Amino acid sequence: MKQKKWPEAWHEVTPGCVVFAPGSASTYKTGSWRAQRPVWDNKKCIKCGICYIFCPECCISESADGFFAANLDYCKGCGICEHECWPQAIAMVEEEV
Amino acid sequence: MIEIRWHGRGGQGAVTSVELLALAAIEEGKYAQGFPAFGPERRGAPVMAYNRVDAQPIRVRSGIYQPDVVVVLDPSLMTLVNVTDGIKPGGLLIVNTAKPQKSIRDTLKYTGRLATVDATHIAREELGLPIANTTMLGAILKATGVLKFASLDVPIEERFGRIAAKNKKALKRAYDSVKISK
Amino acid sequence: MSKRTGMEVAIAAAEAVALCNIDVAAVYPITPQSHIAEHLSDIVHNGRIDAEFITVESEHSAMSACAGASATGARVYTATSSQGLILMHEILPIVSAMRLPVVMGNANRALSGPLNIWNDHSDIMSVRDCGWIQLFAENGQEVIDLTIQSFKMAEHPDVMLPAVVNLDGFQLTHMIEPMEFPTQEEVNRFLPERAPFATLHPDKPVSMGCFNMPDIFTETMMAKNEALVNSKQTILKIWDEWEKQFGRRYKPVETYFSEDAETLILTMGSMSETASVAVDEMRKKGKRVGLLRLRLWRPFPLEELRSALKGCKTLIVMDRALSFGGAGGPVGTEIKSLLFHDKSRPRIVNFLMGLGGRDMKVEDFIAMVERAGKKKDETYEFYGVRQ
Repeated sequence: MKQKKWPEAWHEVTPGCVVFAPGSASTYKTGSWRAQRPVWDNKKCIKCGICYIFCPECCISESADGFFAANLDYCKGCGICEHECWPQAIAMVEEEV
Repeated sequence: MIEIRWHGRGGQGAVTSVELLALAAIEEGKYAQGFPAFGPERRGAPVMAYNRVDAQPIRVRSGIYQPDVVVVLDPSLMTLVNVTDGIKPGGLLIVNTAKPQKSIRDTLKYTGRLATVDATHIAREELGLPIANTTMLGAILKATGVLKFASLDVPIEERFGRIAAKNKKALKRAYDSVKISK
Repeated sequence: MSKRTGMEVAIAAAEAVALCNIDVAAVYPITPQSHIAEHLSDIVHNGRIDAEFITVESEHSAMSACAGASATGARVYTATSSQGLILMHEILPIVSAMRLPVVMGNANRALSGPLNIWNDHSDIMSVRDCGWIQLFAENGQEVIDLTIQSFKMAEHPDVMLPAVVNLDGFQLTHMIEPMEFPTQEEVNRFLPERAPFATLHPDKPVSMGCFNMPDIFTETMMAKNEALVNSKQTILKIWDEWEKQFGRRYKPVETYFSEDAETLILTMGSMSETASVAVDEMRKKGKRVGLLRLRLWRPFPLEELRSALKGCKTLIVMDRALSFGGAGGPVGTEIKSLLFHDKSRPRIVNFLMGLGGRDMKVEDFIAMVERAGKKKDETYEFYGVRQ
């Protein structure tokens, strides 16, 4: 029988509602909420890491070549990275319909 | 069952006495209760404390309204508080006083059984302090016969440590010198 | 069994907790519980047990600290009273929802307005619904026994719920009376180490105290209720074990001369002992009166109450709290509603008494039985109120 993803009946609820799978919030992909996405222009990027520091979702990470990009599974398109970027290397671009 | 009410002032050790009496009774294999009149207290304020002692388990937990014995630790309370209130007919009043028994009877208009001892004086001589609580225990044991004198030994040792010996001396002096009249 | 000893019941409560080898105590002092807090902090300070005593800044913090510590797998204790208990109220249902076996001593004291430091049950009655196991002690020996038993009940894998032991403030906490303590070896035999089903540990991360959506909340509440209701079976088993090991018998509803009684008085806490003396006196006069003492309040022992009530025509419930503007005393109200559909239910009379430390004497219980006989209506009454 297929393992249920969530408890349904009262006796299936874990005692104390303890969640035994750690880091389970990561299965909830909040990227689908986005209306705009950040796009980096690496010619302008000075690799300061400010966008990484300010992202409230902590979904921006540094790649091997020192430039930055958002993990689109979680990026909600809030635009804070664009707002904080000094050399204005980030542009918020409309999500395609 | 014997019910005892103590009158004292906060800081004179009425609650300690009540505790020692209860512990001594328990040492003897009896049942006992010791409790203060519960409430906020301050040094010098009139306080009351209670004991019950019985050979059977004690189930009553209410206050004591008709004591068999009333102990007055501080004679100045006699004009402040109605110390003889509720005392049972044939009950015993024990007062710490230097005055003669007739004076006490006149002040309180009391005609029942009376025991007096100058516990303050004994305490000053034996303990160097006018704290008469343990001294009075000696008078109570003699006047009521409620417990064996030796039963107080262990509780006093445990409570007073280094000064236990002095307290025992004061106790013995009161035991020997208390005047009892009908 | 160690020898018979005399001590203040509050000190005895702290000593009983020490025997249970707790890991953490987070306690805030409040009259009349303060001797428990003071003595327990002395015990920890003197190294008699290997525990952490957190001197929190309020009862709210005390219960929060207890919840956090318990979540890591520690054996935890706290104590409080009255306003302190209701300051903790926010955390109480969380602790039971998280199935953390915190044990608490509650020195029953009147809830304020106006400020009153004396004994009644309004504090614990105001947190009836919090999902904790709730027990009432009648004397010092029971305080010791119930405290030790509570750890086993709370931590049992079939229960996993917090428990509160109620002891009357001043009437019990400040009373010096004879008691017997089990030895450390005996307690170790009775009480195993805590084996939590989940703990917060970085090596094996879990999430506790989670969020819960409307589509699963009802099921979660039912699960918690079932846990508390079913805990009675485990409580009874533990009381059997206690009797086998220590010889003292505990029942959810204690009875005294109830078998052929037409009139039964129901009490909780230390006033029960005084009430039993009143029953003796009434029996001497030929009255068929008996006494029921409710020891287990949550989960409510309905079966045991029903069987104790067989043949009873009048049940006089003595409440030491009331629900303002409601149906009367909480215990009376609850019993009335539980027995509503029983065809053979007795007439239930509800008196409010012993509020805010008003003394309850043997003659008061006798007077209430008489009053119940004369009373024509079924409204609750403030016994002894000066009109």
